[in-house]
Amino acid sequence: MSGAKTDTAISPLSAVTGMGRRLVLAGLAGAAADLAGVALIASAAWLITRAAEQPPLAALSVAIVAVRAFATSRGVFRYGERLAGHDVALRAQAGTRERLYRALIPAGPLPQRGADLLSRMVDDTDAVQDLLVRCLLPAAAALITGVAAVVVAGFLLPAAALVLAVGLLVAGVLLPAGTAAAARRWSARIAPARADLAARVADLVHGAADLAAYGARDRALAAAMDADGRLSRLERGQARINAAALGVGVLAQGLTVVAVVLTAQAAGLGRVATAVAALTSLVAFEPVLPLAAAGERFAGVVAALRRLGETAATPPAVREPAEPAPAPEPPLTVEVEDLVVRHGGREPALNGVSLTLTPGRRVAVVGPSGAGKSTLLSALMRTVEIESGSIRLNGVDVRRLSSDDVRALITGLTQDPYVFQATVRDNLRLAGPEASEEEVEAAVRRARLDAWAERTGWDTVLGEDGRTVSGGQLQRLALARALLYDPPVLLLDEPAEALDEETAGLLMADLLDATRGRTTLLVTHRLRGLEQVDEIVVLEGGRVTQRGTHADLVAVPGYYRDLWESEALTRRA
Amino acid sequence: MHKDLLRLARAERGVRLHLACCLAAAVAAGLLVLVQAELLAGVLSGRFAVAALFPLALVVASRGLLGWAQGMLAGRAATALKSALRRLLLGRVEGLGPSYRSGELVTLAGRGLDALDPYLTGYLPSVAVAGIVPLAVVVRLFAADLATAVIVVLTLPLIPVFGALVGWTTKAVTERQWRALARLGGHFLDVVRGLPTLRAFGRARYQASVIRRVAEAHRTATMRTLRVAFLSSLVLELVSSLSLALVAVPVGLRLLSGSLDLHTALLVLLLAPEAYLPLRAMGTRFHAAMEGVAAADEAFAVIKPSQGGREKRPRAVRPAPAAESGPPRIRLEDVVVRYPGREEAALDRVSLVVEPGERVAIVGPSGAGKSTLLHLLLGFTTPAEGRVLADDADLADLDLDEWRRRLAFVPQRPHLFAASVADNIALGSAAGPDEIRAAAEAARVAEFAGTLPRGYDTVLGERGANLSAGQRQRIALARAFCRPAAEVLLLDEPTARLDGRSEAAIVAATRRLAEGRTAIIVAHRPAMIELADRVVRLDGGVLVPPVPARSGEAR
Repeated sequence: MSGAKTDTAISPLSAVTGMGRRLVLAGLAGAAADLAGVALIASAAWLITRAAEQPPLAALSVAIVAVRAFATSRGVFRYGERLAGHDVALRAQAGTRERLYRALIPAGPLPQRGADLLSRMVDDTDAVQDLLVRCLLPAAAALITGVAAVVVAGFLLPAAALVLAVGLLVAGVLLPAGTAAAARRWSARIAPARADLAARVADLVHGAADLAAYGARDRALAAAMDADGRLSRLERGQARINAAALGVGVLAQGLTVVAVVLTAQAAGLGRVATAVAALTSLVAFEPVLPLAAAGERFAGVVAALRRLGETAATPPAVREPAEPAPAPEPPLTVEVEDLVVRHGGREPALNGVSLTLTPGRRVAVVGPSGAGKSTLLSALMRTVEIESGSIRLNGVDVRRLSSDDVRALITGLTQDPYVFQATVRDNLRLAGPEASEEEVEAAVRRARLDAWAERTGWDTVLGEDGRTVSGGQLQRLALARALLYDPPVLLLDEPAEALDEETAGLLMADLLDATRGRTTLLVTHRLRGLEQVDEIVVLEGGRVTQRGTHADLVAVPGYYRDLWESEALTRRA
Repeated sequence: MHKDLLRLARAERGVRLHLACCLAAAVAAGLLVLVQAELLAGVLSGRFAVAALFPLALVVASRGLLGWAQGMLAGRAATALKSALRRLLLGRVEGLGPSYRSGELVTLAGRGLDALDPYLTGYLPSVAVAGIVPLAVVVRLFAADLATAVIVVLTLPLIPVFGALVGWTTKAVTERQWRALARLGGHFLDVVRGLPTLRAFGRARYQASVIRRVAEAHRTATMRTLRVAFLSSLVLELVSSLSLALVAVPVGLRLLSGSLDLHTALLVLLLAPEAYLPLRAMGTRFHAAMEGVAAADEAFAVIKPSQGGREKRPRAVRPAPAAESGPPRIRLEDVVVRYPGREEAALDRVSLVVEPGERVAIVGPSGAGKSTLLHLLLGFTTPAEGRVLADDADLADLDLDEWRRRLAFVPQRPHLFAASVADNIALGSAAGPDEIRAAAEAARVAEFAGTLPRGYDTVLGERGANLSAGQRQRIALARAFCRPAAEVLLLDEPTARLDGRSEAAIVAATRRLAEGRTAIIVAHRPAMIELADRVVRLDGGVLVPPVPARSGEAR
């Protein structure tokens, strides 16, 4: 099994491929630790009961050495097992994460999912660790120990071995199977209750102002506590199952020992053999009893891995050509013709849109929210599939090109730009790893981010645990990235979004300056400065309702003139 | 036990009772192990007849029963405590104001509290057992065999001592490494979240190799931490198993010499491990328990200030001025508002009088204090200096709930609740279906309600139907329409994020809503400003000289 396998399938099995040797090692260490524990008690029991028969000291010397050896080795084996087990689990997790990531690279439906779901997915990759450390390795060790104990008992008395085997099967197979099944059933009921509570809590917190202003807080709090009550009832139900498993485990262990002693007495087995058989049975359960909890966890692990498998198996949003055509050389002419794009089974987001971008030409797309502006950019970037119509680059249909090649030609400032947990410099450089320091600085200057970058420090870490970035700075950072990347066709999706009026005005002015002579498609809802662009396309309900220059459009009644007049009034006020 | 948690557990009857019974069951089950050892040793040594197996089975059955009871009671105690904490946490929401780190609070009140489960159901019972059972075992050993008892008494303290020693010497190292681990662990989530951005710049594939490299670094660092962290458990394991050897070998030799009987020897062999086991069990649960403690700390950090805050400013329950008198005259007298952690005042000596029935537009750049002014009138913030008066009554003395009943507030970004459209409109009022319909008509919700999958019964919110910004605003306006008794209308840039057409609908609805009411409207857009009788300009928290409404002149 070599690690070169690049398939993206994710399953409990694929998680551990390529590390068989390490896995066996960890399993053996665990089994050795458990066996040493059993052997320690068995040899001590033999030593004591045999000594009571007062044989010569020499008869005991082996047992004495054995007791000391097992006592020492148990801890060492356990230490080795834990280290080897965690090492193998971390390797498996890393492999799973990489496979998952590779599966996500082709544009899938992920961007539409909430941040919450993404972090759940990342948590799911932790399940692989639990699968090994808490389920598979302990089960393997318990199996080996159990078999060994039954064999030892078999040498002493076959009937006692049978009793022990039955007891171990109950505690080690039936019980975990039961807890796993119960966990599956209960989590299916608990998950929606949990989601319901989360929604109510989110309402209380995010809607605090609305609730307070309307005196509806008490009612919302009561609704949240009702949801809490429903969840609590279910959690108590689950606790009952686990409690029962705990009780049954103790019962299985104790009754097995009682039965072994009873069998031995009935068969007239000697005192030494009886004691060894009884104590071996007692201790053989120690690695087996935790398997009930492992069974419960196993159900969760399997569910998590299944979710990951489904995610990884989600078909990519766009079909890649089997043999991609060579990417066209810039300068590029982009021709969009009768483009229809549909998200799922809904009304088309774009319904017959046509536009042409010739080299150096700047086109602005305006329209109300939900008109399909961002969908148009997604289609150009090949992150959504075209239903009908076409997009051609220098005459080549984009469906014949690899989507990576298309994005190398057409990209820019996309919706919801992301700030990575990295330095300011690295956050910029991802758009130009080979760019010179001067180029980075020039892009930052043109995005009017220079003052902020100097103030913050180029090596300050941004992102979740680092310094927070305001909406306006985020937008500028994204713009700086786009300018640094400098694609043949620059896309700008609402670059002034989330900026206050004044900075937005300045940014748009700079932007229109910086893109002069550059092939640009600008999506905006701010009209100031658009007299500079070559063409304005008004998109409403997925269709082009107006097109022309600024002068053309303000001359005729319609969406554009309405918006222009409203904006003009704002400026005066 | 965690101090605040203990206080809460004591105060809540459901928690106190179940927790106490759960700990008692755990200790009782632990003590029954002594009886079990006694009986087993007796049977194996031949001192007791085979019939003694029957009481042995009974003891085993009782232990099983107690284990079941312990688990059940622990589950009850845990859910009751989580509910109590949740109630306290959610009760804090209003006091924090609308801008508190809300995402964190949502997580904490939801999944965050689940970290308490292992603490309550695992760690606490194991602490109780560790406190009593080893002591009982030692007492029994003293009675049975002095030499063994001495060995156990001498080695037993090594477990906490070594545990503490190893923990203490490696604390700084492990803590630093855990922090590094958390950072590395976050990397994958970061990359997955930023995937669309990486894709846009052709860096997605390159990052796959970064993920592998980071994971490798993560693994190496983790293993380095674990090699140290597992040392303490190695020591504990060694102490307990070597002690067993230390007990068993001399016992065997003394049996050989005839100075000890078999029953005592077997009893000692069975009992000795039971002295160490509870301590080790406690140790293995320690890490998970610490996560529970961290969750509790986080929860109490949110809950606690409220107790101090409430004492600081008792609210007089003076009734709000009678509602029959019509809209109140609102007066701000030299009001200063400061937000904690910010130097400059959000509002700086603002004085303003709004006459009953007047429509005032508040304009100014973002951050000028416009929303703060509305929040002041709503009682979300209180003035550091100065007073806010409604018909000569200080807002600070009024019953806030009653005062708010006279207001209708349309925030900039209204929250849609995970409830039906109708319930979202009726929010907080006892309006019937007809009144809701009428409000929906007036706010022009009716125009789009028909197109929703289930009309007015369509569930909204995060997991519900998506509405556009304009549609959300119209629902918020409908809420205001649903309170005919409200005399003061507070609107916070209701058209800020709307395009021209949606704006026109909102402006028309607002005009109707403002009839016969006082209206204070934070506005940017001219159409909204035109509604006002007077325009007030705020800049940097200060009122700048009043400008007569331009539109008023024009008309």
